[in-house]
Amino acid sequence: MRHTLVARVCDQPGVLNRVASLFRRRAFNIDSLTVGGSETPAFSRMTIVVDTRRTRADLVAANLRKLVPVVDVQDVTHLPTVERDLALIRVRCEDGERPEVSELAALFRARVVDVAPGSLMLEVTGSEEKVEALLDLLRPRGILEMARTGKVAMVRGSVVNGCNGNGNGHGNDATEPQSAQSGSNG
Amino acid sequence: MILTGAQILWECLVREGVDTVFGYPGGAILPAYDAMLEYPVRHVLVRHEQGAAHMADGYARASGKVGVAIATSGPGATNLTTGIANAMMDSVPTVFITGQVPSKVLGSDAFQETDVTGITLPITKHNALVTDAADIARAVREAFAIARAGRPGPVLVDICKDAQQGKTEFVYPETVELPGDRKAPAIRKEDIGRALALIAAAERPLILAGQGVVASGAGQALQAFASTADVPVALTLLGIGGFPPSHPMCLGMMGMHGEAYVNTAIQEADLLLAFGMRFDDRVTGNLKTYAQRSKKIHVEIDPSEIGKNVPVDVGIVGDLRQVLEAMLKELPAKRHQAWHDQIEHWKGDTRARDILRQPDNGRLHVAHVINDLWETTGGGAVVVTDVGQHQMWEAQYYRHEQPRTLITSGGLGTMGFALPAAIGAKMARPDAEVWVVAGDGGFQMTQCELATLQQERLDINIAVINNGYLGMVRQWQEFFYDKRYAATPLLSPDFVALAGAYGIEGHRVTRRSQVAPAVQAARSSGRAALIEFQVEKEEAVYPMVPAGADLHAMIRRPQPAVGEEVAR
Repeated sequence: MRHTLVARVCDQPGVLNRVASLFRRRAFNIDSLTVGGSETPAFSRMTIVVDTRRTRADLVAANLRKLVPVVDVQDVTHLPTVERDLALIRVRCEDGERPEVSELAALFRARVVDVAPGSLMLEVTGSEEKVEALLDLLRPRGILEMARTGKVAMVRGSVVNGCNGNGNGHGNDATEPQSAQSGSNG
Repeated sequence: MILTGAQILWECLVREGVDTVFGYPGGAILPAYDAMLEYPVRHVLVRHEQGAAHMADGYARASGKVGVAIATSGPGATNLTTGIANAMMDSVPTVFITGQVPSKVLGSDAFQETDVTGITLPITKHNALVTDAADIARAVREAFAIARAGRPGPVLVDICKDAQQGKTEFVYPETVELPGDRKAPAIRKEDIGRALALIAAAERPLILAGQGVVASGAGQALQAFASTADVPVALTLLGIGGFPPSHPMCLGMMGMHGEAYVNTAIQEADLLLAFGMRFDDRVTGNLKTYAQRSKKIHVEIDPSEIGKNVPVDVGIVGDLRQVLEAMLKELPAKRHQAWHDQIEHWKGDTRARDILRQPDNGRLHVAHVINDLWETTGGGAVVVTDVGQHQMWEAQYYRHEQPRTLITSGGLGTMGFALPAAIGAKMARPDAEVWVVAGDGGFQMTQCELATLQQERLDINIAVINNGYLGMVRQWQEFFYDKRYAATPLLSPDFVALAGAYGIEGHRVTRRSQVAPAVQAARSSGRAALIEFQVEKEEAVYPMVPAGADLHAMIRRPQPAVGEEVAR
């Protein structure tokens, strides 16, 4: 299966190199690695997805913790989390097909962010599965170009705050696009 | 106080307790060398930077203190890398200081520029590039803290030339604050309880003791543990010295060249207690068939080692000595007589096959040389070995009663280690009797350090075990490559004349009767001596587990090992 690790690391030159070097040298298989800012300017946040059929997540975490600039590492796989992947997809689309594609995009709460003769660019945010599902539907039309960010993940507040009374914590996923995209109308 | 970066470097080194450094100057490190003259530090000028790295390593292993080596940018730094990798594999606390081109030309392929932090990233615990004098103190302070902390290891600080020259206010960081929680986790009581329950239930328990015993100073606690719980102890190569061979519970070395009964005991045990060791492939053989019948308790300071190669039932992260002391409080006394009897039975004809029991028939066998060296030195010498057949014979036949008296390259298997590491060991422990035991191949890799030895007037004795081959490789060719001796016959210089060229007394020994007198003469001369032992050319180290084979599938000693005609 796939495990998701969240690591906070010092925001200093060479940290990504240290992490990548560790994965290479230990022959760890990583599905995705995203790096970005965190709530603390001094720290960056990495989300690492490990394919545990080939690489043990606990060994990845234990080795990451040995790197000096790594502040902490948490395996959030079995915690209720919000997980998001963002994709920009340029799909083949002739003039007459635009309503069709737009309708499909709307079903996934994806947005059309660029229109050109013969193609549309869509922006979709959601779980990796949702992005995959949209891609599956678009593929027959011809995906001309795609960029995905890889997964970012955050443990739900009900767990962080110590009251895990929200069942499995996944109950709110129906509202995911709104919460993920609020205030980002570009 | 306004100081140059170079002065700050030495201020920090001296505050870390450094009084000896091993190094080689060059353009990018010149400001540091110039400032060095103002500080109470003994600098040992080596002949090749690899030697400096091994000296720092030997210094650290002999003393337990951090060893320090210093080199210039580019080739100076790249020459260190073998020694750094060696210290990494064997967890030796070391700090390497390298000069770097001025910060404003970094990345421009400047003269003698190399990406040293890039090159050493996978072979250091941590490294840092310093481009500003104001950052030197913190970088050096952190380097020592990291080198010592938890599982020790090498740290490299690469300092740009302009950072060494720049002036800044010197503020010594009294405390080190590293990101994250670097403290060893508290020992969990429930883990101790689970371990004790497994020990109480075991009928065939066996301790596997590694270098962690030495590193954490757990020798006394281990002896008390083994005696109280009545558990035999097998040692890894780097665990030798951690548990005395004279102790009734001591079985000796395990693994590829361990005794067959030790490996059989590992395979048949119902509980393995792995103390400060990492289940290296040289001690496990085939992991699929390794110790299938046992529960396993692994006590280890590095969490990433627990479960890495061998799944364990109880993993305890912590300092071995503290864990053993915590266990000892509740450890019930037990007896395992049937188990001891069983191991004794497995010993069988091991002693009878032992080459020490065989006549020499006028030939010189390495096992006899090592045995006589052990006897003549009263077992009290610090022996620094190189890598290969002689190393395994040393481990088998020199009985090390005290920790830090066998210094050897384990994980990396670095030929050329012995002579420079011995120089480091002697600098750390000037009162100790230090012997180099090296093969003719490895010795020639770093023999230039004979000049360093003489320059420092060190009383180190050197045993060159000369069989005219790269012996261990030849042995593998004999066993596994149909005796096709590709590139293993080796031409050597006249070692006695070579020693003479450096002003070192040399002797040649070709018969067993000459061994003890030559060793005694060397140790009483009060100065360095080199003895070349011209030994049997095509002897093999037994017993042997072929690489990747099942641990119990050993190639045993031929019987008799000596006395039959050996084709020459």
